Amino acid sequence: MNTIQLIVYLLGGLTVGSALMVILSKHPVRSVLYLVLTFFLISANYIMMNAQFVAVVNIIVYAGAIMVLFLFVLMLLNLSKENEPRSSLLVKLAASLAGGSLLVVLVAAVKDSLVLPVTGVVQNDGGLVENLGQLLFTKYVLPFEVSSILFISAMVGAILLAKREKQIID
Amino acid sequence: MLLEKLILVVIIFGLSLVIAMYSTYFERKVAAWFQDRIGPDRAGPFGLLQPLADGVKMFLKEDFIPKHADKWLFIMGPGISMFTALITSTIIPWGPDLYMFGTNVVLQVADFNVGILFILGVLSVGVYGIMIGAWASNNKFSLFGAIRASSQMISYELAMGVSVITIVMMTGSLSLRDITESQHGFWNDGWFTWNVFSQPVCFLVFFICSLAELNRAPFDLSECESELIGGYHTEYGSMKLGFYLFAEYVSMFISSAIISILFFGGYSFPGMDSFSGNTLAILGVVALFAKIFFFIFVIMWIRWTLPRFRFDQLMHLGWKSLIPIALINLLVTGLVIAFKNGWFN
Repeated sequence: MNTIQLIVYLLGGLTVGSALMVILSKHPVRSVLYLVLTFFLISANYIMMNAQFVAVVNIIVYAGAIMVLFLFVLMLLNLSKENEPRSSLLVKLAASLAGGSLLVVLVAAVKDSLVLPVTGVVQNDGGLVENLGQLLFTKYVLPFEVSSILFISAMVGAILLAKREKQIID
Repeated sequence: MLLEKLILVVIIFGLSLVIAMYSTYFERKVAAWFQDRIGPDRAGPFGLLQPLADGVKMFLKEDFIPKHADKWLFIMGPGISMFTALITSTIIPWGPDLYMFGTNVVLQVADFNVGILFILGVLSVGVYGIMIGAWASNNKFSLFGAIRASSQMISYELAMGVSVITIVMMTGSLSLRDITESQHGFWNDGWFTWNVFSQPVCFLVFFICSLAELNRAPFDLSECESELIGGYHTEYGSMKLGFYLFAEYVSMFISSAIISILFFGGYSFPGMDSFSGNTLAILGVVALFAKIFFFIFVIMWIRWTLPRFRFDQLMHLGWKSLIPIALINLLVTGLVIAFKNGWFN
């Protein structure tokens, strides 16, 4: 086993471990912090695949913006054992059904995936800025633009919800 | 190679700490000057030993953790703040190559090919230090401080990102070394080479946003004494408080360096082509540090001149002024570049 293999396996183990801690932690704030750690470890995995751009953008968008908002909401709610919202049996059933079907999809995806052996340094330039930009604006331009329309619709929806109530601060 | 980088890291680390230490001294001297006072003058000649005295005081105070605080997160908070403040210095190009002991010494720890994005990434993670520490203190004033800090940072990051894209479009590279090299010298083809002269609007937006990201006055709502006691570090004392305060000065040094590199040519200076070799390298480092110290002074100057914003004014400035200005600037720059390259013919 060479150094690269050691690093890859160590990173993989840490990533899975911290992802497990997300669902095993008792406190929601700790869960979010473990999720942040998981994103960092995923970025480290990207760097091992020579995809620096994807790694940094993953940190900026997920760890830097989305998780801050999660943390924001959880800190304001200040959930603890005493004031944890009780969910009914129906909600629990629906949650396990949804989670179970996601698991089926994931298992199906993993079953068909190609497992490559870790040999050494990856000589793959697909994750660098120039190549990624070329691909996004030529081959994948339609999915790229469609996903940006999806974001706009989410933004419009959020503004609509915020505008419905009369603003307190003018 | 590894040893060379290690020495460079240690030097930069020490330098950041010393500069941050003496920034606290100069901050107080500048404040005194602006308010027609004398400022610290007791410890050593001209009060020059004041930062040392402050450091000793911070270390010797009782290290206290409140009873209802989350112990580990309470300790982690200042640590993360300090870590994110220091880590950005790894990708800053400090000067042209230095020839020493028979090898070319590159005065940059890592020339990361997405350098500028790395800075934005570290900035966006920096808010965790404040949020985690404030939440772990289990104090409502701290939490308010943290909420203000994080909403402010998220809002100003957008305008900052857009203004950085403008510079990246002009340079065609995300590496800080390439951005510096593209502003080589001072005058070329009948116009200044530094980005500040071709992108003054972009510079203004970036500078205002970096003040906001630093949580410095007039954007220091997260530690607004008159409303929040002490803000996010209300429950902190001893060296943990010292780390929070110190991290602010380290980030001030680093962001002054980044402003100098993006807009003021980094280590370029007028007439740099008449020098070469080690003379050029040393003069380049001196030029960069002169620019950095100038911006540290400007940031202090602003703090002791302008009053603090109200929260709604802050949000108006961020979302309704800076982001549209940055976007329009981006669009205009894009059009000009397209015309220059003849894409409309």
